[in-house]
Amino acid sequence: MVSGGEAVLFWCVAPLMVLAALGLVFARKAVHATLCVVFVMICLAVLYVAQEAPFLGIVQVVVYTGAVMMLFLFVIMLVGVDASDSLVETIKGQRLAGWLFGLGLGAVLVGVITRVAFPEGVGLAAANAETNPVGLARILFSDFVFDLEVVGILLVTAALAALTLTHKARLTPRVGQKEMADARVLGGKSLVPLPAPGVYAQRNAMDVPALDPHGQPIEASVSRVLRVRGQERGAPLENELPILTELKQSTQTPTGPVRPAVERLVEPQAEPPVEPLVEPQAPLPAQEQSPRTTEEER
Amino acid sequence: MIDAAWLLIAIPLLGAAVLLLAGRRSNAWGHWLGVATSGASFVVAALVLVALLGRDASDRVVDVNLFDWIDAGPLTVEAGLRIDPLSLTFVLLVTFVGTLIHVYSVAYMEHDADRRRFFAYLNLFVAAMLLLVLADSYLLLFVGWEGVGLASYLLIGFWNHVPANATAAKKAFIVNRVADVGMIVALMLMFNTFGALDFSTVLTEAPGISDEGTLTAIALMLLVAACGKSAQFPLQSWLGDAMAGPTPVSALIHAATMVTAGVYLVVRSGPIFTGAPDALLVTAIIGAITLLFGAIVGCAKDDIKKALAASTMSQIGYMMLAAGLGPIGYAFAIFHLITHGFFKAGMFLGAGSVMHGMDDDVNMRHYGALSKFMKITWVTFGLGWLAILGIPPFSGFWSKDKIIESAFAAGEGHGWQPWVFGMVALVGAGITAFYMSRLFFMTFYGDKRWTKDLSDGSELPVRHPHESPALMTWPMIILAVGSAGLGGVLAIGGGFTTWLEPVTGHVAHHDPVLPIPVIVVTTIVLVLIGAFLAWRQYAASAVPLTPPHGTPLTRAARVDLYQDAVNENLFMRPGQYLTRSLVYLDKRVVDGAFMGLAGMLALIGAGVKRMQNGFVRSYAAMMLAGFLVLVVVVLFVWN
Amino acid sequence: MELTNYLVLSAILFSIGAATVLLRRNAIIVFMGIELMLNASNLAFVTFARMHGDLTGQVIAFFVMVVAAAEVVVGLAIIVSIFRTRRSASVDDANLLKN
Repeated sequence: MVSGGEAVLFWCVAPLMVLAALGLVFARKAVHATLCVVFVMICLAVLYVAQEAPFLGIVQVVVYTGAVMMLFLFVIMLVGVDASDSLVETIKGQRLAGWLFGLGLGAVLVGVITRVAFPEGVGLAAANAETNPVGLARILFSDFVFDLEVVGILLVTAALAALTLTHKARLTPRVGQKEMADARVLGGKSLVPLPAPGVYAQRNAMDVPALDPHGQPIEASVSRVLRVRGQERGAPLENELPILTELKQSTQTPTGPVRPAVERLVEPQAEPPVEPLVEPQAPLPAQEQSPRTTEEER
Repeated sequence: MIDAAWLLIAIPLLGAAVLLLAGRRSNAWGHWLGVATSGASFVVAALVLVALLGRDASDRVVDVNLFDWIDAGPLTVEAGLRIDPLSLTFVLLVTFVGTLIHVYSVAYMEHDADRRRFFAYLNLFVAAMLLLVLADSYLLLFVGWEGVGLASYLLIGFWNHVPANATAAKKAFIVNRVADVGMIVALMLMFNTFGALDFSTVLTEAPGISDEGTLTAIALMLLVAACGKSAQFPLQSWLGDAMAGPTPVSALIHAATMVTAGVYLVVRSGPIFTGAPDALLVTAIIGAITLLFGAIVGCAKDDIKKALAASTMSQIGYMMLAAGLGPIGYAFAIFHLITHGFFKAGMFLGAGSVMHGMDDDVNMRHYGALSKFMKITWVTFGLGWLAILGIPPFSGFWSKDKIIESAFAAGEGHGWQPWVFGMVALVGAGITAFYMSRLFFMTFYGDKRWTKDLSDGSELPVRHPHESPALMTWPMIILAVGSAGLGGVLAIGGGFTTWLEPVTGHVAHHDPVLPIPVIVVTTIVLVLIGAFLAWRQYAASAVPLTPPHGTPLTRAARVDLYQDAVNENLFMRPGQYLTRSLVYLDKRVVDGAFMGLAGMLALIGAGVKRMQNGFVRSYAAMMLAGFLVLVVVVLFVWN
Repeated sequence: MELTNYLVLSAILFSIGAATVLLRRNAIIVFMGIELMLNASNLAFVTFARMHGDLTGQVIAFFVMVVAAAEVVVGLAIIVSIFRTRRSASVDDANLLKN
């Protein structure tokens, strides 16, 4: 009944299928699980073809692998592909029950199957005499024609149901570009793009704030997401740039001394230290000062 | 005109409806509407009387069919009126006395804020009473019977802001309900026996019923109903308390008309009672007991209205005794009922007039010497007093003397009955004379036991007696004329008994066991002795302000011979214990079982609730477990 | 090798699918567990068809596929709409129907 080639095929495919199916249970990410199932489906299609059901094998590939599983993937993308599923069990006893009943079911079913004496296989050679699809069609459009119509209605209904379920009624007026611009003006937000790093910038990385003409970092110039995540990096140290100090001295703001940018460095986490581009500034005045005194003494 | 007899009932009913529905808008003219409807009813009654008199004596029972009332398979009842001498007599009494009392009430209730409501209830009562007496079937009679009960309840409790009045109303209502059970059972027995409830069928077929036991049962049940309505032993306890109502109500309902409905019922059911001699005997015994009972109680009461109520009870006892004597007494019972309706209503109105003049004080020990201050009341009351005493030629003599004579002819003049009933009636007449004279002398004679002002330092109550207004005195005068002359007029040539013959039937005369002149003379002598004793004690000598301790009999009579105590201990308390134990049983056993079951289910639910945790996966696990168990069972157990 | 092996494979796949339904919380993965169970049964149908030489088993498998497709459409639509309102695809979060 079963040829040697088929046996080889089975023993190659079946363990892989079981492994892939177990992947469904263990995979942390939904995408991985889906891919496991896709693999199982394709293997099933292979087995169908091996079991003299080529039509079903094709349908399995087209409908399941091609349509259903892709739909799953779409939905996973829609729902959030990065959301990995926590495997920590929250319902008391559920994990135990799951394993117990899963294994129990498998044991019972396998036990039943192995104990039952099945009749000798007949094979489908006679039934598939006019090719498998024709044989199927003869049954489908004679004995099962009414069921076929009902299933057709079911499919149409399901399609409608999906439309209805996912339809989102518009509760608020549509917000277009004009409305958003108006809201922006009314909200008093900045109308122009966020500030560029500026003339004195030493970096143009996204996580470093731009500097204003006073050398102060402009907080809004860093993406809000980065700030919320705490990935904002500090502006360059004030004393990194001698020219800034000079500039500060020459243009004192009327409101008093400006807060040094150092205080803004609130990042506690380990961050690669900002490499100063020039030598530290502190010793410089001393070097300048000593010759001046000597000149006066002279 | 007879076909328009339904107007008799419809007019006062309409009056009641208008007065009750129109509300305060009719306050200004409502009382006159009440008088007008009652008067119109009397006019219709008079016209019907003329029409009936125009017929042959044999043709004077007329059934007026109004409409098909109940058509329920074998039970078919038509609403109809029976116009015959008996019902018409009642109609005339009710409408005539009723109208007079309506007029009287206009003045009596003048200062009452609820006068309109009072007249509405009075109209309602007149309509119900007329329905009671005019009905041509027991079922329709029962409607009127309940109607007067309702009106009585409403009027006794008219001043229901006083709890005692409300309680008295409730008492009357409840005692009457006990009696109604008898009525309903009687109706059922009648339907079972005759298959109908209308007078023409029942009363015609009753003599043909060979089973005397059935007739006795029906008669006794009717008697229970009559006892309740007419305050006869042992259902008499409510009448004294019913005096809580306004005095015109006492006069109309609890003296002249409603309380005599029991006598009407017995006389109307004459053929049934005639066919059941045992029931007749019971009726006579009850009448005799009540007669003495009321008379004894009347001797001890200081409350003028309660004394009159006891007198009413006693007089109705006379009527019951007469009715219990069988066909020979029926006519005399009704005769006494009519004369009693006049003189007792007159005396009640007189008592109301006295109360009106004495600041609503009902204690006779605070009266005395009122004859000088209320002359009309004194004279009219005096005529009523002479009438009830049975002094010839006043009304009471003609009717009561006939009853005493009949009592001496009871049981067709053989055995113990004539002697016992005759002596009771005779002694009752003497006691009646004593207590009515006591009442009369305490009120109008003797020294005055009140003072007009406290300036002379006396400790007597302050009263300002004065004669009542004309609207009150004229009804009293008319009723007094009736008390004086009606009995004699109706008795001429046995005219009244002849008039009633179409209903009561013609009866051969039986000779009393004593010669009639002896009875008459003895009665009058006893009455005079009674009156003299009362005069000596209450007019010639001083009456103490506070009642003396008295003999045990007096003390017992003051509390109505312990009837309330008996009722309470015999019926009320066991009933209360029964209901209490039933409540306990209900709470502990019935509720306990039920609540226990419910509690058990709740406990199970609380346990199973944990399984309903809302997690789909738990449910799936349970499903799978069930499936597994099923598979295992099917495969390994059943194989 | 016998046809029974296919049936055993089918039973194992079915059990794994059932265990997935019980163990995983992500509604989409639970749903895939159900699909796995359906496919396992389909394999059994196909095997029985071959065993009995009757194509009706394959027809039934075909119907199962069609119905499963319809079910997937509706089920995923429900998951999407639940996710929209609750921002979660965990079946444990939708546990209002209790007690």
